[in-house]
Amino acid sequence: MNHAVLLDRTHATRPIRTRLTMTLAVFGSLAVVTCLLAPLVGSTHISLARAFDRSIPFSENVDAQIFFVARLPRVMAGALVGATLAAAGVVFQAMLRNPLATPFTLGVSAGASLAAMLAIIFGATLTIGPFSAVPMASFAGATMATGIVYWLATASGRAMSTSVLLLAGVTLNSFFSALIMFAQYLADFAQVYRAARWLMGDLDVGGFDPIVGAVPFVVAAFALFALLPSSLNLLSVGADAAAARGVDVARAQRLAFFSASLATSAAVSLAGPIGFIGIVVPHLVRLLVGVDHRIVLPASALFGAAFLVACDLVARTVIAPVEIPVGVVTALIGGPFFLWLLVRKG
Amino acid sequence: MLTLNAQDITYGYRRHGSRDAGAGEDFALRGVSAAIPRGSLTGLLGPNGCGKTTLLKLLSGVLQPEQGTVTLDGQPLSGLPRRAIARRLAVVPQETHPAFDYTVMEMVLMGRHPHLGPFQLEGPADLAIAREALASTGTAHLAERPYMTLSGGEKQRVVIAGALAQAPDVLLLDEPTASLDLGYQLEVASLLSHLNRERSVTMVLATHDLNLAASLCDSLVLLRQGRVLAHGPTTEVLTAAMVQQLYGVDAEVSFHERAGHVTVVPLSTGTPERGSLRARR
Repeated sequence: MNHAVLLDRTHATRPIRTRLTMTLAVFGSLAVVTCLLAPLVGSTHISLARAFDRSIPFSENVDAQIFFVARLPRVMAGALVGATLAAAGVVFQAMLRNPLATPFTLGVSAGASLAAMLAIIFGATLTIGPFSAVPMASFAGATMATGIVYWLATASGRAMSTSVLLLAGVTLNSFFSALIMFAQYLADFAQVYRAARWLMGDLDVGGFDPIVGAVPFVVAAFALFALLPSSLNLLSVGADAAAARGVDVARAQRLAFFSASLATSAAVSLAGPIGFIGIVVPHLVRLLVGVDHRIVLPASALFGAAFLVACDLVARTVIAPVEIPVGVVTALIGGPFFLWLLVRKG
Repeated sequence: MLTLNAQDITYGYRRHGSRDAGAGEDFALRGVSAAIPRGSLTGLLGPNGCGKTTLLKLLSGVLQPEQGTVTLDGQPLSGLPRRAIARRLAVVPQETHPAFDYTVMEMVLMGRHPHLGPFQLEGPADLAIAREALASTGTAHLAERPYMTLSGGEKQRVVIAGALAQAPDVLLLDEPTASLDLGYQLEVASLLSHLNRERSVTMVLATHDLNLAASLCDSLVLLRQGRVLAHGPTTEVLTAAMVQQLYGVDAEVSFHERAGHVTVVPLSTGTPERGSLRARR
């Protein structure tokens, strides 16, 4: 692929420190501004002064209720999920040496979806702390899928093979999709409707609790991501080249696989499998800032947050008061973009 | 003083589905020993599939031998962290296909990786080293170009620059001139010879180009079917008889006055041995 670097054509000659600082400043401001503005906009006009007016009791303050209950958790979930899926996409693409990989390529989201579907069909109601039944089930399903794919990719007894990983993941994905269809076929109409809505992805997570529950997993995944960028640069050049440059390839691949799978599991459990963020955002970011993962990874996280919050804003306002599932919006933007990438690559 | 020393190493690629060593294993190398003295330029010759690339991977520690040891300055590679090996030993592979569109400068700066701490970004000193590596391979003008838009010869020189940025004592090269036209072949050859003499970089060079090996290398390792056929000074090892044994090709090997080294001119390929070798594959 021949990326044009739009922002800065002479980026190679600038020190990495300068480029990193500039990029984080620009993308960070974008994310902050988007997240601050998004709760102010919606199908109902609210007065910010009134929303923050403590003299009005909360139960009577409609503006405060809309702001704090309906919009703020949604924006926070959007930022969290967008950042997580975009960063996971970057990690998977580099680790698999495949620019068309997404966080869902290796079957993590299909595992999560199948488990969520079963929880919905069996009407699971178990709740532990901030975790309710469907997110817990989907996290367990995602973890199971991650384990199966890893086991398949290492079963030969040699080091993890990324080509086997890719094939195993894609196959597992279709297998789980078939099981999801089968489960849907057996379920009753109301359950199928609920499951279908879950599969579309929804940032209306119903309060702050689910977000609080997801944060520790996302923080852990990002802490591991912080160890990765220079290894990802070398891995994307080639495993042998990376080893010859001093990367412990097996360790770096394991770290990348498990951290990105953890991130994806947490994001999908919170908001369902919202598609295309994990591929559109990394590629847009590469078009803007070049391909060095030490810049692409943090920039994608910040841009992913802004992008998903903006998509959700479109989803809840464009034909208000009716809301479009945010997964539909990202797919409508992401699908054609993905095809454009494919065609351009060929 | 030895730099790299392979002692009696054996390595096999496991056939699909087999878990036990021995059974179902295709041996790429069996009982190979090679001593690479400091400052030498050693050529690694042999027909396709004889184990040249595998031997280079074992010498760089990317693969671990099943039996035997490889030592770097007396220390076994298996006991050294990858980063420590990479600070002393660099590799130029046959081909490099990055998955993303790195610029030439970015590719070369990756050579600094083993010298940087886990969260350290490369600084002005690293940039200076990268620029010097680009200059010494004649690719300074390409610094801002995307690597993927370069010609084969330019790519190869950039990859060599990346290896030089690693500031290694030892450089392992896998057919560095295979994809290059005659002009670039000579250019890369003179670059390698210069680096060997001026910076006393020890080199091991796998190649199919007998004349390149004759002009560059002070000693040769001849590999055939995973075993060492001969190992010694170029002038002693590179003979018509050896070429016949190694490739099954009749060749005239003679000293060329103007070139200043022996040259190999293949005469015919139609020997029965070569034919039977072909048929078995």
